[in-house]
Amino acid sequence: MQNDNLGVEGDGIYAALMAAHQGLTEAESHALNARLVLIMANEIGDGQKLKTIFSTAGQYAET
Amino acid sequence: MPYDYKPFPYIAPPGLTGPEPRHAVAIIGAGPIGLALAIDLATKGVSNVVLDDNNVVSVGSRAICWAKRTLEIFDRLGVGERMLAKGVTWQVGRLFYGADEVYAFDLLPEDGHKYPAFINLQQYYVEEYLIDRARDFPDLIDLRFKNAVTDHQDRGDHVALMVETPDGSYQLEAQYCVACDGAGSPTRKRMGLAFEGQTFDEHFLIADVEMDDSPFGTDTPERWFWFEPPFHNGQSALLHRQPDNIYRIDLQLGPETDPKSEATEEKVIPRIRAMVGDRPFRLDWMSVYKFRCAKLDQFVHGRMIFAGDSAHVVSPFGARGGNGGIQDVDNLGWKLARVVQGQSDASLLDSYDQERRHCCDENILNSSRATNFMTPKSPIEALFRQEVLRLAHDMPFARRLINSGRLSMPGSLAGLPLQTANTAPIRPGTAIMDAPLANHVWLLDAVQGRFVLTGFGNVALPDIDGIDRIGIEQAAQNYPVYDAIDNLALDRYGADIAYLFRPDGHVAAAFFDPTPQAVAKAYARACGKIDGDV
Ligand SMILES: Cc1cc2nc3c(=O)[nH]c(=O)nc-3n(C[C@H](O)[C@H](O)[C@H](O)COP(=O)(O)OP(=O)(O)OC[C@H]3O[C@@H](n4cnc5c(N)ncnc54)[C@H](O)[C@@H]3O)c2cc1C
Repeated sequence: MQNDNLGVEGDGIYAALMAAHQGLTEAESHALNARLVLIMANEIGDGQKLKTIFSTAGQYAET
Repeated sequence: MPYDYKPFPYIAPPGLTGPEPRHAVAIIGAGPIGLALAIDLATKGVSNVVLDDNNVVSVGSRAICWAKRTLEIFDRLGVGERMLAKGVTWQVGRLFYGADEVYAFDLLPEDGHKYPAFINLQQYYVEEYLIDRARDFPDLIDLRFKNAVTDHQDRGDHVALMVETPDGSYQLEAQYCVACDGAGSPTRKRMGLAFEGQTFDEHFLIADVEMDDSPFGTDTPERWFWFEPPFHNGQSALLHRQPDNIYRIDLQLGPETDPKSEATEEKVIPRIRAMVGDRPFRLDWMSVYKFRCAKLDQFVHGRMIFAGDSAHVVSPFGARGGNGGIQDVDNLGWKLARVVQGQSDASLLDSYDQERRHCCDENILNSSRATNFMTPKSPIEALFRQEVLRLAHDMPFARRLINSGRLSMPGSLAGLPLQTANTAPIRPGTAIMDAPLANHVWLLDAVQGRFVLTGFGNVALPDIDGIDRIGIEQAAQNYPVYDAIDNLALDRYGADIAYLFRPDGHVAAAFFDPTPQAVAKAYARACGKIDGDV
């Protein structure tokens, strides 16, 4: 996870993500995030990679 | 020591007693943009009159960060070295989330450039130095303080201005008028022009404090930025060093604030105390702002031209306001000079409108994104930002997403009509990339200010009317030839290739085989003759 694959596109992608959430209720945003994760998982399509991603993200859970 | 605001003398203008001969260019406003334009025109022999309603430099330090490209333009105007000598060149930036440092970066500039990535220098010094420089052109620059423009009329072949002074009003005429009268531009309002964009609800306290003892705990000037700082219950805080032991402090205050009561010493002193601890300090200046990003739909309206804040405003994150305005001047100066001197049609000015609006869009995009990141509009935006900050400690991609301002970069004009496209290492449209030449000459010094065909390495340069030539790493020629230091010039531009630079230092065209026809055609195009009818 040491690679920055977004590079100079990062700001634009972040802005597009915020735009996707604009005007949604919290519950709707929650649902959108779930759909995003599923679709992105399918795009990544590599089970081993996905398990590493899930556990890495999990390590940052608020304690 | 607080800055000494010396009033500039008001001198009764000749127009009060009799009609003045028509001026070539009238500039409304002696802020950084109006002053820089006056000097730029003077260096090209174009006389101008600058009218300002006030008689002191910018009160309070508004702009502090001046980017490399601005310094390079100031260098061309003859004030860059003075600004660099006085300014604070900082290198280390630290970003904090709460009390924890997320990461630090070192802006250690690449070697072989005359100017650093940027300096901090109070706007009042910038204006003072520009005014001093303008005084070097007594025959070309007529600086008039306490001359407020109250009305104007575009009469097709010239502009008439109504000006009010302490001794009464008068009228003057000019071939062109450039409104550099700031964000609240009375000229723009009088013309009823739409000035639209995004306004941010958030309030920001901006304060300058003088402190002998560095809050960075080191003598090296740094830039510290906090999201959710431990000493302030707002979203962000910024600490920056300026010359004279003055520190800039920005504190985000939230949307629901009373700006009047916030801009008082009893409110501000405890906020600063919480930040700097027991260090003795003196409050130099403070102000509470709401920011917006907005621009005119068109910068050129007949003989009235807009430049700087009158044409566009941005939130200050990224320092794109003043820096963007100085690039307006760089772009406009040579075009306006060519038009009033009869070398080009007035249509060349349309390219100023097109090129600078293009760059302005980029500035607005970047400033808006930074401001949006700093002011999450909903719980979900706040949540995403929080998780970006938490991941950033370990993950480079998340670090790149943290946005506390994307620093002003030179606008690229690639793909716009004055440029001739090419696959050269430096793409036409790009601003000059500096490089060291022998005998303490910089590429900047050798190239900026006029059209120059520059040959890098073994390439023959044709002699074309209107274009100067220089060679780098070439055998002796009947034009100036320089050696490159450490071969950096050829590393950056490529070998055996020629570039045509515009007077504003942008690459207009590049040639692997600079035939007289190809160079003449690109030159004509760069001067606005788009069909290349040479
Ligand atoms: C808090 C803050 C921080 C900033 N930080 C930065 C930064 O770090 N870097 C950066 O690049 N930019 C920064 N900016 C933006 C920068 O200050 C402006 O972009 C810059 O001042 C614009 O210059 P200007 O000459 O266009 O306008 P101004 O500086 O506003 O000058 C306009 C001039 O026109 C005169 N005038 C107005 N009306 C009339 C009239 N009717 N007749 C005659 N004269 C008139 C005024 O008196 C004034 O002198 C910052 C701004 C703020 C507020």
